[in-house]
Amino acid sequence: MKPRVAVFKFASCDGCQLQFLNAENELLQLAQQIDFAYFPEARSRALDGPYDLSFVEGSITTPGDARRIAQVREQSRFLITIGACATAGGIQALRNWSDIEQYRGTVYPSPQFISTLSTSTPISEHVRVDFEIWGCPIDKQQLLTVVRSLLSKAQPVLPAFSVCMECKRRGNVCVVVARGEPCLGPVTRTGCGALCPSMNRGCYGCFGPANSQNMQSFTELLSRQGVVGDDAVRRLRGINGYVRAWRETADAIASEKK
Amino acid sequence: MQSRAKKNKTIQINYLARVEGECALHIRMRDGQVADLRLEIFEPPRFFEAFLRGRDCREIPDLTARICGICPVAYQMSTVHAFERSFGISIDPAVRALRRLYFCGEWLESHSLHIHMLAAPDFLGCESVVTMAEKNRGAVERGLRIKKVGNAIVAALGGRSVHPVGACIGGFTRAPSRAQLSALREQLLKIRDDAIECVRWVSGFDLPDLSRDIEFVSLQHPDEYPMNEGRIVSNRGIDAPVDEFDNLFEEHQVPYSHALHCKVKGRGPYFLGPLARINLNFDRLGSDIIAIARETGISWPSSNPYDSIVARALEVLYAIDEAVRVIDHYEPPAAHAVSFEPRAGVGRAITEAPRGSLYHAFETDDRGLLRSVRIVPPTSQNQARIEADLRELAPELVEQPQPVATRMCEMAIRNYDPCISCSTHFLKLEIEKL
Repeated sequence: MKPRVAVFKFASCDGCQLQFLNAENELLQLAQQIDFAYFPEARSRALDGPYDLSFVEGSITTPGDARRIAQVREQSRFLITIGACATAGGIQALRNWSDIEQYRGTVYPSPQFISTLSTSTPISEHVRVDFEIWGCPIDKQQLLTVVRSLLSKAQPVLPAFSVCMECKRRGNVCVVVARGEPCLGPVTRTGCGALCPSMNRGCYGCFGPANSQNMQSFTELLSRQGVVGDDAVRRLRGINGYVRAWRETADAIASEKK
Repeated sequence: MQSRAKKNKTIQINYLARVEGECALHIRMRDGQVADLRLEIFEPPRFFEAFLRGRDCREIPDLTARICGICPVAYQMSTVHAFERSFGISIDPAVRALRRLYFCGEWLESHSLHIHMLAAPDFLGCESVVTMAEKNRGAVERGLRIKKVGNAIVAALGGRSVHPVGACIGGFTRAPSRAQLSALREQLLKIRDDAIECVRWVSGFDLPDLSRDIEFVSLQHPDEYPMNEGRIVSNRGIDAPVDEFDNLFEEHQVPYSHALHCKVKGRGPYFLGPLARINLNFDRLGSDIIAIARETGISWPSSNPYDSIVARALEVLYAIDEAVRVIDHYEPPAAHAVSFEPRAGVGRAITEAPRGSLYHAFETDDRGLLRSVRIVPPTSQNQARIEADLRELAPELVEQPQPVATRMCEMAIRNYDPCISCSTHFLKLEIEKL
């Protein structure tokens, strides 16, 4: 029997699950190997669990979603988070530093109708996660690599070293060394293909932290480039800003300033 | 007794499938009349307008892109145009042309996804593109070919197709070479026949007729089919600059939805998207596409929301021709981006996202930090219009068994290709039998 696959959505932009549909060359072949038992964005009929592989997109931002993720975990043999929202809390975790009541009032005239938590948190803060795919959005090839590993019953492995390695391999001119521009590359996980420097700009950290990083040395580098105070805080508090290493560094810079 | 039961009914769809994002529909009928109809958008709010305050204007194109994984290009474009207007930046004509190409890529990717993967299965009695491929693999492969080229265009200009990184205030971070674009030109020419075939295929579907007196709204440009700029126009006399947006339309909150409803002030719901654009800009499609549009048998302008899928297919064809035209005339710009100094002020812009007009307004301080943000996505603007269509459809629904009623509602909603992730600040179907 084909493995039963589910794709769940929490607070997110749909961009990561879209990568399944963006696998234009592989999608029809993939559909022969797996059964998308639950994938509401692509299929009308929703089949009940349990599921062999559950892909979870999005972060937890409402009391209802906090209950739903627990049910998803119960229904899933192997649970994989896809993307920065599910893995790190996402861009919407910027609320975690603010007063949510004020936020509701900013966007909605009648805030009492909106049910929301004061924080946006990654799936791993709520349930056990078996594997995490980083990136905003996740890389289609990384997604397919993980699916292929799981289909052959192997533990998936994705590289977690700094994107600088990939950037060198691509033969990019270093934006930090050659142009003195701020770049999150030294502390950011590889996976995008060193996209930003290839596009003539500094990395903004959409793949999250690399497995080993020297945040102190990195903030010193930023500071030598004149990126200090609020500017430094904003660069770290971005798409993956709620991840511990970056959060603590940004919080330290913010409190120094005070 | 039985006729009474027929006149009173509740339809409840708890999670609408094949739309981007999470929504539900609840319809309660009493004595054959709609007693209650709610398109419930329960997609959790993400509060972009709040957390963007205090951020630097240069970061914003990367951040607003994250509102939507399907149409990040439109978000980036409304963002950069709003700032450019506020800061008084004039962009290089070559950059302007590249931005049209960027939009062509997104229309190709998003429209072909919607036509083949989200909407067509309904007309062929399939539950997904996967089962549709078993019956009609050729059509699915055709859709995937078109989509792939759209994604390749976005990636050529932005590095990748979802959340591309190349757009910036003043231009692009890097301008493509002529050689890079010629490779795309070859791919575009190969899918042109696919696109013509697609127009014929969708216009052959058994499209219901729900023709109504509808107000259609889109941008209009003197010489071009609208993408990045123009005036706001409607078939009921709106003709105003983008800065008038707030004077023309009003947003209000309804208790059951996380997306704000929009209306034309003093009138009512309005309709955005491919059908609105085609209706209001038909003569700007060019003679080849006008001839193909007439062959469909639809009398343009069309006031039938179900003709949206044909409008979308015609825009796929337009995007291919327009992309080829841009590439043929391309000379790399003198500078990939204009340098600028931020200043205090307000900038507003509308661009034509695949689903319709997308409004952004930003107020900055003298360092370019955001003081206030307003983002009005096409799906929230279409929401009241979707409810109006469902209200018209409701008396027919009462006669149908639940699975048929559900499918009818979903099809009526899909006419708008709603993007719910964008709109929250959007569906499950509920028709309640009393």
